[in-house]
Amino acid sequence: MATLVVQALNTAVYTAVLFLIAGGLSLVYGVMRVVNLAHGNLYMLGAFVMAWAAAGAAAGVAPPLLLLLLPVAGIIVALVGAVIEPMLLRPLYNRAEEYQLLMTFGLLLILEDLTKFVFGPTPLSASTLWSAFGSSTVLGSDYPNYNLLVIVVGLVSAVLLWAFVYRTKFGVMLRATSQNRKMAVSLGINVRALYVLAFAVGCLMAGIAGAVIVPIQGAVLGMGVDALVLSFVVVVIGGLGSLEGALAGAFIVAVVRTLAITFFPELELAVLYLMAAAVLVTRPAGLFSRSSS
Amino acid sequence: MSDTAATVARPARAPMRAAAYLAPLALLLLVFPYIAPAYQTILLAYGLAFAIAALALNLLLGYTGLLSFGHAAFFGAGAYAAGFMVKYLGVTSMEAFLAAGALSGAVIASLFGIVCVRYTRIFFSILALALSQVLWSLAFKLYWVTGGSDGLRVPTPTLLGGVLGAADDKVTFLSHQYYYYTLVIFAVCAGLMWLIVHSPFGQALQAIRDNEVRAEFVGIRVRRYRWIAFVLSGMFTGVAGTLWGPLNGLATPEALYWPFSGEIVFMAVLGGFRSFSGPIVGAVVFNYLKAYAVGRTEYWQLLIGVVLVILVLAMPEGIIGTLARVGRRVLAYGGTGSAAPRLPDEA
Repeated sequence: MATLVVQALNTAVYTAVLFLIAGGLSLVYGVMRVVNLAHGNLYMLGAFVMAWAAAGAAAGVAPPLLLLLLPVAGIIVALVGAVIEPMLLRPLYNRAEEYQLLMTFGLLLILEDLTKFVFGPTPLSASTLWSAFGSSTVLGSDYPNYNLLVIVVGLVSAVLLWAFVYRTKFGVMLRATSQNRKMAVSLGINVRALYVLAFAVGCLMAGIAGAVIVPIQGAVLGMGVDALVLSFVVVVIGGLGSLEGALAGAFIVAVVRTLAITFFPELELAVLYLMAAAVLVTRPAGLFSRSSS
Repeated sequence: MSDTAATVARPARAPMRAAAYLAPLALLLLVFPYIAPAYQTILLAYGLAFAIAALALNLLLGYTGLLSFGHAAFFGAGAYAAGFMVKYLGVTSMEAFLAAGALSGAVIASLFGIVCVRYTRIFFSILALALSQVLWSLAFKLYWVTGGSDGLRVPTPTLLGGVLGAADDKVTFLSHQYYYYTLVIFAVCAGLMWLIVHSPFGQALQAIRDNEVRAEFVGIRVRRYRWIAFVLSGMFTGVAGTLWGPLNGLATPEALYWPFSGEIVFMAVLGGFRSFSGPIVGAVVFNYLKAYAVGRTEYWQLLIGVVLVILVLAMPEGIIGTLARVGRRVLAYGGTGSAAPRLPDEA
């Protein structure tokens, strides 16, 4: 029973982080039809910024105040995204989408090394922040408070994102543009600005995901490349471009991964990738799509 | 990529001109071990092995219009095939390695292909990537079979049953016997690929690339043709991976990891995927670029990434495509204007 509770909570933590990463990827694809191969590196950037800032501020600041660094790290990553989109992606929207994949692959390489250049090649850790929160008893088993906090962050972000997309005027314009770009332009929507903002929001989510995970597992080069492929699995299962799908996909991947690690650890990753392939074959638009593509 | 109807393959109207390009190049490749240091020759051997992979990728990218981000699977399978033969069968014959590499590339591609060719565009790319990651994770996790992250050793192989003489030391072997061996395999593969893309089958692939619906209307079985192209591409890539194995000395999971697929794509685009020779040039140039960057700076990915970004923004036709365009322009200015002959895209 005790392990079951812990496993369930771990699954929830993992779902929250995966949703944040994959949701951003999916949002960007949904609006501008770009699969951003550098998305995982933006997640990594968030992790490094958070670890660096937390280490710098840790001495004199109370741990709860350090949590304010989470949105700061996210916003820094979002600003990076706001520079990338107009400079490097905008020239490619009218060209074959192969070029977008190549461009974002180039960006992946650049961001990987820039991160190494700025933060150094050694992994950064913010585990003091994690341990500072202590642990509490959940249904009879000890569980770290910080991990519970991650679950809350995931839930709050999901709600905020939902409200942003479905309950704001900007969200209406976002959805209109993703459905029909030309029509949106002719109705007077500033698609250029909208793309910048949509891409920045996608990066914000990746950045927050990185920032929130870093006290648990640290920031290490290469984590972005691994995270990217996992979030591919998530969005493929949930349907590229669908936020609800990203949430459901993140949950499924988290459950399968927890089960796989317990029962057949060698095949953990293979099962996930095979699952993505199986979904693409049977339901190419994702398990939760209303229309098939 | 239906927006560009530019034909990749125009049958060589001037075989003499093609020969004029090829003869000096062939001569250079033949005498290379005697005029260049061993290090350069081995580097060129790497480049030739990658060139086979890039050519194979381009059968899909340039000729069929499918961008695969999963070719590392076939390349790695070729390398691992050699490693397995050494470890479990005690075989050291390079010909056996190559047969095993081609076979494993083809078998894996035929399985992956069943799934992949149902899709095009971005879904094809992601699906190829996901499936290739299955192999990577297996190679990584089943360490008692595959050696895990240490990989499998691929020792110096026996070439042609040993008639070329035994290897004195590894460097001499790789820069002479093995270089020529690679060169011959490369020439055979490039020749075969040339025949494939200029065959009626190759023309059909280009028809599919340019307009899938019309291709179907004229009776081309689109999905089957794509599958055959995928299998052929996987087979050639497997051969490339096998050739790379002894050069690298190890078959490691990195050769199966998806960023390496990205590198193969990079090679094709760098040279220019709209021409036959582009991927060959791209592979050799990329290999030099990477070796140079890795040797000079620990930030080689940054350099390569910047080159890729510039390439996409400013030179989407790649090296060969840009040269051909510049060449045409020079001819147009130098000649009598509109009467200037068009250079063939393929050199």
